[in-house]
Amino acid sequence: MTKTPVLEIRDLQTHFGAREGLIKAVDGVSMTVNRGETLAVVGESGCGKSITAWSVMNLVPKPGKIVGGSINLYDRNGGSVDIAALDPKSAEMRAIRGARVAMIFQEPMTSLSPVHTIGNQIVEMIRLHQPVTKKEAEAQAVRMLDRVGIPKPTERMAAYPFQMSGGMRQRVVIAMALSCNADLLIADEPTTALDVTTQANILELMKELQAEHHTSMILITHDLGVVAEVADEVAVMYLGRAVEQTDVFTLFDHAQHPYSRALLGSIPELGKTRGQRLTAIRGMIPHPLNRPLGCTFNTRCPMAIKGACDAVEPDLIQTGPHHHTRCLAYQNGYTHHFDKKPEGAMRPSETIGGRAHV
Amino acid sequence: MFDDSKTKTVLQVEDLKMHFPLIKGLMRRRVGTVKAVDGVSMTVQQGETVALVGESGCGKSTLGRTILRAYEPTAGHIHYNPRGSDNVVDLAGLNNNEMQKYRPDLRMIFQDPFTSLNPRLPVVDIISEPLRANKIAEGVEAKDRVADIMRKVGLRPEYMERYPHAFSGGERQRIVIARALVTNPHIVVADEAVSALDVSVRAQTLNLLQDLQDELDLTYLFVSHDLSVVEHIADRIAVMYVGRLVEFARAEDLFRRPLHPYTEALFSAIPIPHPKLRGKQHRVQLPGDVADPANPPSGCPFHPRCAYARDICKKEVPELAETGSGRTVSCHRADELALKGVL
Ligand SMILES: Nc1ncnc2c1ncn2[C@@H]1O[C@H](COP(=O)(O)OP(=O)(O)OP(=O)(O)O)[C@@H](O)[C@H]1O
Ligand SMILES: Nc1ncnc2c1ncn2[C@@H]1O[C@H](COP(=O)(O)OP(=O)(O)OP(=O)(O)O)[C@@H](O)[C@H]1O
Ligand code: SF4
Ligand SMILES: [Mg+2]
Ligand SMILES: [Mg+2]
Repeated sequence: MTKTPVLEIRDLQTHFGAREGLIKAVDGVSMTVNRGETLAVVGESGCGKSITAWSVMNLVPKPGKIVGGSINLYDRNGGSVDIAALDPKSAEMRAIRGARVAMIFQEPMTSLSPVHTIGNQIVEMIRLHQPVTKKEAEAQAVRMLDRVGIPKPTERMAAYPFQMSGGMRQRVVIAMALSCNADLLIADEPTTALDVTTQANILELMKELQAEHHTSMILITHDLGVVAEVADEVAVMYLGRAVEQTDVFTLFDHAQHPYSRALLGSIPELGKTRGQRLTAIRGMIPHPLNRPLGCTFNTRCPMAIKGACDAVEPDLIQTGPHHHTRCLAYQNGYTHHFDKKPEGAMRPSETIGGRAHV
Repeated sequence: MFDDSKTKTVLQVEDLKMHFPLIKGLMRRRVGTVKAVDGVSMTVQQGETVALVGESGCGKSTLGRTILRAYEPTAGHIHYNPRGSDNVVDLAGLNNNEMQKYRPDLRMIFQDPFTSLNPRLPVVDIISEPLRANKIAEGVEAKDRVADIMRKVGLRPEYMERYPHAFSGGERQRIVIARALVTNPHIVVADEAVSALDVSVRAQTLNLLQDLQDELDLTYLFVSHDLSVVEHIADRIAVMYVGRLVEFARAEDLFRRPLHPYTEALFSAIPIPHPKLRGKQHRVQLPGDVADPANPPSGCPFHPRCAYARDICKKEVPELAETGSGRTVSCHRADELALKGVL
């Protein structure tokens, strides 16, 4: 099947005018989500994943602003609208939010009101997007709570958020977002607050609903195990940019960008690290007001070449039919500086089978 | 690393219960009781890390908060042995005034970095708040301590005048950690303390928590859903199911060979980090409903979902009993079952 895009982000720039100066939280992000697929977005804390997501919702918190680039959302007939060009408060944008693009926020309390019962909140959300009666919406809400694994869902409709555990609140938010039936679902760390059994069930549920409605998804997560399990494509971000995008299989076995490779190399493995120090990527995340010249990763990169990587800003290069990388080792005119191309994950793939899994 | 030959018991929790009223409707009628923690007993040695794991909603956060006396326990005892003292106090019996003295010793890293940070205060005030509240330091001295702890958790002290909204999820989590550690505590309940962090920053933070543990002789109660983190950091692991401990063992023993069927199911769901192995994993399914703490099943609370259940499991509550090897487990069939571990 050919891939058709549902969302194309091109050179997105979202900046914050903070007291200390201009913070370029998102500074040239390009990524593509294909219809019916899941794009996982990974990268260091603070690299701009959530701000990219908020930009797609056109809900960037103040004093942030989209200052450049485009976010094209395609409908099923091939028509498109550039979200970045819409006024966040316009009727057109409000019609897109929730109905065509829905988001599960990293912070569950962003979507939940502390003073209303969760039942009322889900019912309201359903009625906002579907022409159903209150009774029908209630029944649907209970079904949804049940599907996300809330015990005694009928009784729990009357609970307030503070009466629920962290993971239960998260599941309520997931239930709400799933009841929108949007075309594109953005899920920001949706299962981080959940135990692995509940997580597995929720991921399965999301896959089911995705197949039923042919929904596309952007999944932001730190958990590379989750990426391995559900992603079709993966975009790796570093310091406000996407540095690599490819399909999940290629990424795990043939990651190209040194940052992606370092990230994959730091997946903790059961039984391997007890009593030892964990390996982190060397160095500190650069100050956002003091971005390194050249490649933003050069200050921490094991392959960096003096005179090139700290001087020339690499482009996002197409390195294969379905592979884009932002690294000079792949850019015409610079490849000769690198005696050896970085190939494959830094971790040998044999070690993956360290656990019983049959 | 923790060595149990030369340590003392810092906490001894005895039959601890924390029940919440379940209220319904406009009339705020009490329609039942949520038994969030329902009879937990455990001992914790000074300087060790005990991890609490279990299904979402099983009572981990409530147990941690009750031990720190964020709540008034419904029943039970929390025997605490303060640093450099031979006295043991029962925290469960203290009123708020008497508790004040111990608050700086007992600190919590909260699960939700978003709601636990006051959006109207700059970070410097947030982190130094416990110093002022407990009259430990103020003014320049407090600021110095804030800068020091910020550096230790990997935040730039230049940012201390910023407000929480200007930080990413992971950065906020580090603010929460800094605020917990600034009073130089004795026992720290870390509730999903590293969940919001990416693998690399998480590695730094775990290394930091371990350094601080050695340096400051800290005892951790560590709540986490990430079992590779738990396996790395915990000396012992307590597995909870609807408000109770079902198994308590040294980390390595537990991962090698769980003794409780719930633990086996939990381990079987750990995602394998390679897409080629997608769908190849044998996950122990947990059929039936998630147990309801307002109305836990009879007998063994796990029996409706347990693949190994027998008649006795429906009728009799299994004791949390010691096995030969110094492990405790609460399952009627623990002796006969050979369950699968992940190491
Ligand atoms: N209101 C704001 N004012 C100034 N800077 C901000 C603001 N909101 C976010 N930032 C900055 O923008 C950057 C990107 O933040 P974002 O929340 O997108 O990170 P993230 O990749 O989602 O990280 P995490 O994985 O920790 O959630 C961070 O460095 C953050 O400090
Ligand atoms: N203040 C409260 N009032 C009423 N019920 C509560 C309250 N706090 C917690 N509960 C209930 O107690 C049970 C245990 O909650 P707790 O937060 O301890 O779970 P948890 O194990 O930490 O879960 P998670 O992994 O999702 O954080 C849940 O059923 C929850 O709804
Ligand atoms: S006591 Fe019975 S029901 Fe409970 S875990 Fe053991 S075998 Fe399963
Ligand atoms: Mg984020
Ligand atoms: Mg909790």
